[in-house]
Amino acid sequence: MAPRAVSGLGGARRVGRNRSTGPGVQSHMMVELDPATDDARLAARLASDLDSSFESLVVAHQDRLFTIAFRTGGDRHDAEELVQDCFVRAYRALATYPPTRIRELRLRGWLTTILLNAGRNRARVKRVPTTELTFEPGAEPAVDPLTRRDERETWARLLAGLTSAQRTAVVLRHVDGMSYAEIAEATGRPEGTVKAHVHRGLAALRTALLAAERREREEIPA
Amino acid sequence: MNDQIDPTTESALAGLREPAPVGLAHATLVAVGLADDYAVLHSPVGPLRVAWNGRGVSAVEEAPDDGVFEARFYARTGRVARRRDALPADLARKIERRLAGRHNRIDLDLRGSTAFERAVWMKALEIPRGEVRPYGWIAREIGRPKAVRAVGTALGQNPVPLIVPCHRVVRSDGMIGQYSLGGPRNKRRSWPARARIRTSSRRSPGPGSATSGRTRPTSTACRPATTRGV
Repeated sequence: MAPRAVSGLGGARRVGRNRSTGPGVQSHMMVELDPATDDARLAARLASDLDSSFESLVVAHQDRLFTIAFRTGGDRHDAEELVQDCFVRAYRALATYPPTRIRELRLRGWLTTILLNAGRNRARVKRVPTTELTFEPGAEPAVDPLTRRDERETWARLLAGLTSAQRTAVVLRHVDGMSYAEIAEATGRPEGTVKAHVHRGLAALRTALLAAERREREEIPA
Repeated sequence: MNDQIDPTTESALAGLREPAPVGLAHATLVAVGLADDYAVLHSPVGPLRVAWNGRGVSAVEEAPDDGVFEARFYARTGRVARRRDALPADLARKIERRLAGRHNRIDLDLRGSTAFERAVWMKALEIPRGEVRPYGWIAREIGRPKAVRAVGTALGQNPVPLIVPCHRVVRSDGMIGQYSLGGPRNKRRSWPARARIRTSSRRSPGPGSATSGRTRPTSTACRPATTRGV
């Protein structure tokens, strides 16, 4: 227990809040523009005061980690637990790291590694569940919802048909948008292997999509 | 990049991004102890608000409503507490057992307290159900015999009354003393109905020990014998 730290926590946290309502708005936009710069700033803040800036880390990375967990695992509830597990592990690790180490962390890849490891530990206990296809009206852009929904369901189902390594590689590269170097670091696989997984994954998706379309055409006679 | 990916596939895959469920961030912060959940617990002294996080129980308070509780909680801890329908089943069971006199393990989040306060609270935890001790007993037991008044203050700061039984600590002149959960009346009400009140000025009761100190059964007011100077 770190008793005296707490009264400090109260004050520091409030400072943290003010900070995130001010430049925080700007930094949210930065996520789109340059995640690496944003992460570097976040890492610096985590290094100087973990408790007051950890919430920013959660807010900045929860959507992408949830996407990765959901699209590689397939179950919404499992994904939610996995992301929480990932953040708890991250917090505990950060609490033991010296500031210099935290400042040098590449948060995107680092968190992804933790998520994938946590997922692997769980998968050992529980086999990969079937794909749960859900439609979140609030999260959809304003296009024809039925078309969008069908399309997303189709792609989610196609993804679920890939091998685990291909699916992870495709999700990290093309759903999350990580670079090959980042994926290689996060998965502990050589960059060439990751590229091959993505390449074969995409080819398998294309084949499966064509097959699905052919079936659909045959089911609906002209 | 050098991927051979057609624009349709590219945008379809990018369209599979999924926002994290509402509440995930708060649940995560609760798990690491940077935010709290709370719910109402029905106790012998009436409804209480009990807050907890991944580190343990962080508050037990009598508050007129959620707003007052949340404001006080934030003022004391700097953390946001969010109302839940009920306590987690295992925590509710543990608290129930503790109130029934068991020495079970309940994790407490006492961040923000001083070493002295924690020493006082941990000593109060050793007082068995159905017994009381004077403030001076705690002061002596923790090696600060002159800090009787400070012991009283520390007990008043107890963030988790009932779980840490500060209601078992009374004034050495036999008066019941103050109580954070609604004053002296509730202090008495939080004692078991037919408590055998036992006071000891010398020795700490060991776990399950029934032999330390003098025994004075009482069936009316749970008022301890005067122990000053004993």
